[in-house]
Amino acid sequence: MSEISIEQGLLLSAALFVLGLIGVLARRNLIMILMAMEVMFNAAGLAFIVAGSRWGQADGQIMFLLILTLAAAEVGVGLGLVLQIFRRFHTLDADSLNGMRG
Amino acid sequence: MALTLFYITSAVAIFATVMMITRLNAVHGLLYLILSLLAVGVLFFLLGAHFAAVLEVIIYAGAIMVLFVFVIMMLNQGQRTIDQEQAWLKPGTWIGPTLLALILFAEMLVIVMSGDRADTGYIVNAKQVGTVLYGPYLLAVELASMLLLAGLVGAYHLAKPILIPRGHKFRLSGQAAQLSFKLRKPGRNV
Repeated sequence: MSEISIEQGLLLSAALFVLGLIGVLARRNLIMILMAMEVMFNAAGLAFIVAGSRWGQADGQIMFLLILTLAAAEVGVGLGLVLQIFRRFHTLDADSLNGMRG
Repeated sequence: MALTLFYITSAVAIFATVMMITRLNAVHGLLYLILSLLAVGVLFFLLGAHFAAVLEVIIYAGAIMVLFVFVIMMLNQGQRTIDQEQAWLKPGTWIGPTLLALILFAEMLVIVMSGDRADTGYIVNAKQVGTVLYGPYLLAVELASMLLLAGLVGAYHLAKPILIPRGHKFRLSGQAAQLSFKLRKPGRNV
């Protein structure tokens, strides 16, 4: 067995997730918000890997693979939206995009 | 020994993430984000998930971060960018990420030097992952492929330049309405 206990791994994962959450809530630049979301995805993947390592099963790594796929799709669509927002409004400030049509 | 490496890598990951969310410049934040991802990759290695560690470096720190770099570079052009680039070449910008990367590199050297004696976590190798992935999780693989296809189509559609027909009015409010007038000026390639 490993010296690294599951509690320490999950604690680190929780800390990284909270940091990502703070980033999403505190930053107003759309690209920074997307980057903080990547940190949150990564923290969730770390929790899966820690659990998979604890039980010695491959399922944790498979869940990490699925999270990786999700993150790739999310970044593709998210950055496409950011480009479109920048073209239309000439800003990346999330607070200035508060008007809706209709 | 693995525990010491775990603590050092955790400290690097958390420090890099804190630096990432406090940087004012997106590219500086990106440098620290890549370091955070690399540190988590080292953690995966220490936990015995070698395959996931490799994927973390190749796909996360490689492919996904390149997308961010592309978009950041696309969104600012011209003389301002050149001035920025000159400012970025000052050591104050890249010395932090470089030091963190050197710490991770030293850890890798320690692990490689110790050979098989590095007591990392229970090793689940790529063969086991592949066997389970294409066995009980086959449906999840199919769903992931559908998700990637949807992401591809969505990104292609969303990133296309806007085409505004003549006489069409954008119903936007306030500042955005003035900007939409600018967008419809003839001869401007948007």
